[in-house]
Amino acid sequence: MNERYELNKNLAQMLKGGVIMDVTTPEQAVIAEKAGAVAVMALERVPADIRAHGGVARMSDPKIIKAIKEAVSIPVMAKVRIGHFVEAQVLEALKIDYIDESEVLTPADESYHINKWQFKVPFVCGARNLGEALRRIGEGASMIRTKGEAGTGNVVEAVRHMRTITAEIKRLTTLSDEELMTAAKELQAPYELVKYVAENGRLPVVNFAAGGIATPADAALMMQLGADGVFVGSGIFKSENPEKRAEAIVKATTYYDKPEIIAEVSEGLGEAMNSIDIRDLSEKDLYANRGW
Amino acid sequence: MRVGVLAIQGSVEEHIDKLKRLDGITPVEAKDKETLKRVDALILPGGESTAIGKMLNDFDLKDVIIELYRSGAPIWGTCAGMILMAKHIVNDDKVHLGIMDIKVRRNAYGSQLDSFTTKLSMPDVSKDEIDAVFIRAPYIEDVGENVKVLSRYNGKIVAAREGNLFATSFHPELTNDLSFYKYFLGLQ
Repeated sequence: MNERYELNKNLAQMLKGGVIMDVTTPEQAVIAEKAGAVAVMALERVPADIRAHGGVARMSDPKIIKAIKEAVSIPVMAKVRIGHFVEAQVLEALKIDYIDESEVLTPADESYHINKWQFKVPFVCGARNLGEALRRIGEGASMIRTKGEAGTGNVVEAVRHMRTITAEIKRLTTLSDEELMTAAKELQAPYELVKYVAENGRLPVVNFAAGGIATPADAALMMQLGADGVFVGSGIFKSENPEKRAEAIVKATTYYDKPEIIAEVSEGLGEAMNSIDIRDLSEKDLYANRGW
Repeated sequence: MRVGVLAIQGSVEEHIDKLKRLDGITPVEAKDKETLKRVDALILPGGESTAIGKMLNDFDLKDVIIELYRSGAPIWGTCAGMILMAKHIVNDDKVHLGIMDIKVRRNAYGSQLDSFTTKLSMPDVSKDEIDAVFIRAPYIEDVGENVKVLSRYNGKIVAAREGNLFATSFHPELTNDLSFYKYFLGLQ
């Protein structure tokens, strides 16, 4: 592995146990940092608004990204469309700290994800299962997150994806060496990475939960299910009291195994974001199905 | 010897894994007062100092750590941990534990694209050069009279010691080298 890739994996390790928050303005970024976010995701619209707005969702205006970078001292991430390597080149030129090649934006390429090895800047990518996670890592992603179903305020898909990845990892650790190539074929994943997971019982990169986390208990649930940390998108700034909810989600992520603390911080947070039952979404509205 | 790793956020398990390789050391993840009170030494890991600092404050953990320092227990901050210990932060109006007489600059090297690895000479710690990983790292701009500079990189101070306090800009928890752990715990 090259040195740059190791450094990029290392930055994700420094974010572990923390919360990464979607923000659309410098003011929101400051609120997130004060609440204890370990990084912010600079966006033009949070996923719930992308859903409501429709049309093509693209990388944010560099002006917004620069203003947000200026406003905070914590790492700043930003999203590019799946396969849109020029948007990624732009973000690298802006010296962003992490790029999210994200299904929340409208895909630019239906066959190919970005060849992330061509970049110095690190990438995080979404995954629904182990095969997808390992394909993205094979392309150079240095951090993985569950896809969940962004902008719904419904944690069920993030839970499904995290449980699936965990179960598939566990299964690999029980296989004998001669079974691993067949497993790689079935998972449609690079053999070397399958072998790594079988030997180590974990992904070679940090794995966060994302997509539908709206409450402190949701964040703690994902942590107890084995997430290394959480992304919260619409859950904070589409809720009634963003400051209070942001802080509560950070505390519940650190103290995910202390129910008395989760109880305390969950009190009086006001309304959560408007939420959606996944079954009410039509096939074309499922962001998790974007990418492969 | 029970060695705690402050387990609010960041490179906690990396430090724990390194400590497990040392004989006679029991690593402990510590994120509440009771656990912090019962350690013989403490590591403040890498992570985001704003996030960890806020939790130290909100969960009233500062005094326990300061008490630990006063009792003479060795305390070592890596990267964010160094910022938490500093009495002065050049580009931040917030001071967290404020126990070590150093003046630090946060994100001193720039964004993630400026993160790097290098080899450092540190005669007190190791006779060989040691690998050092700098991730959006701080450095020390100035030190008080009782602080010993352990290493510099391009003229900037990146490792220092003041009595039982140890600070590194870089992350020994991310390499295979145990020499700083041994130095910190007096196992040389």
